[in-house]
Amino acid sequence: MNRTEIEFERCKECGYCVEFCPKEVLAFGDKVNKRGYYPPAPVKQEACIACGICARVCPEGAIEVYKEV
Amino acid sequence: MKTIYKRPESFTDAVTSYCGGCGHGIVNKLMAELLDEMGLREKTILVWPIGCSVYADKYFKADAICALHGRAPALATGIKRSLPDRFVLVYQGDGDMVSEGMSEIMHAAVRGENFSVVFINNAIYGMTGGQMAPTTLWGQTTSTSPYGREKSSSGYPVNMAEIMAQMPGVCYSERVTVNSPQRIAATKKALKKAFSYQFEEKGLSFVEVLSPCPTGWSQKPVKALEWLEQKMIPIFPLGVFKDMKEGEGK
Ligand SMILES: Cc1ncc(C[n+]2csc(CCOP(=O)(O)OP(=O)(O)O)c2C)c(N)n1
Ligand code: SF4
Ligand code: SF4
Ligand code: SF4
Ligand SMILES: [Mg+2]
Repeated sequence: MNRTEIEFERCKECGYCVEFCPKEVLAFGDKVNKRGYYPPAPVKQEACIACGICARVCPEGAIEVYKEV
Repeated sequence: MKTIYKRPESFTDAVTSYCGGCGHGIVNKLMAELLDEMGLREKTILVWPIGCSVYADKYFKADAICALHGRAPALATGIKRSLPDRFVLVYQGDGDMVSEGMSEIMHAAVRGENFSVVFINNAIYGMTGGQMAPTTLWGQTTSTSPYGREKSSSGYPVNMAEIMAQMPGVCYSERVTVNSPQRIAATKKALKKAFSYQFEEKGLSFVEVLSPCPTGWSQKPVKALEWLEQKMIPIFPLGVFKDMKEGEGK
């Protein structure tokens, strides 16, 4: 399966990754990080096409994407 | 597993001091990607401004200096002239460049200084609490224009990319934005071109980025991207305003 990794402590909950993911892989979570933000997490990882859009729109450089080969 | 996107090597581990959804973060990340891809990290001297990007020297594994408010192009002039083999990258906000430092950027352009300038236009003074900038739109409410900027008292928004294109010493001027994945990709292309022109010694290369400031605009980040599309782009049209061809320039 493709992998979307969101660095929990780096995220500032802007929502760009959730907004622009074409496959609705990501959704906001209910866990809070040290800075008080609620980072999104993959909820449908199996739908991820590893396009990298979430990572490219993230202003914090908090997302990495890996494709299964 | 194949890596599709990895945090750029030219970034340190520092967490930015930007607000959630801030355009500075997106542009800084593109700059770090290009330092990696173009192999520039060891050659680069970043010249940072006063404004929300004032701490950005901590985010990059590259040499950096922070200029007095508005003075980045003057500082960069001295650096590039004494170290012509280094890649000198100036970064300024709209308050920094167009209010405090209009003279410095104009005269760097007059002289045709051979460095690259990234201009972050978020139509506001972000750092100091959202005051009106020369780039603020008519009707835009800020802490110093609570009823909206008025033409009669505060004049016209300043279109830097068009102004810079008129200057003979400027080899490249483009306005881009970062409010969608496609636009972010186009911004990266513009930055890459501007950076590469410095090695061709063509003169000053200039990229204006329309950039969301969710905090200063009192909007949620995703809404700020829409506001940018609907309000900012009509006043600040995207496009290439100047691109000197092969053999042109100084
Ligand atoms: C000489 C001087 N005048 C005023 C200030 C206060 N000041 C700090 S940042 C800033 C405006 C920055 O706005 P901008 O360049 O648009 O940057 P942004 O935070 O929006 O990215 C001002 C007026 C200062 N630090 N020094
Ligand atoms: S890589 Fe593409 S499909 Fe996968 S989570 Fe990110 S944006 Fe969605
Ligand atoms: S784009 Fe980045 S900072 Fe914004 S919500 Fe997603 S992971 Fe968090
Ligand atoms: S105030 Fe605006 S420009 Fe400054 S960090 Fe926050 S969102 Fe970015
Ligand atoms: Mg500003």
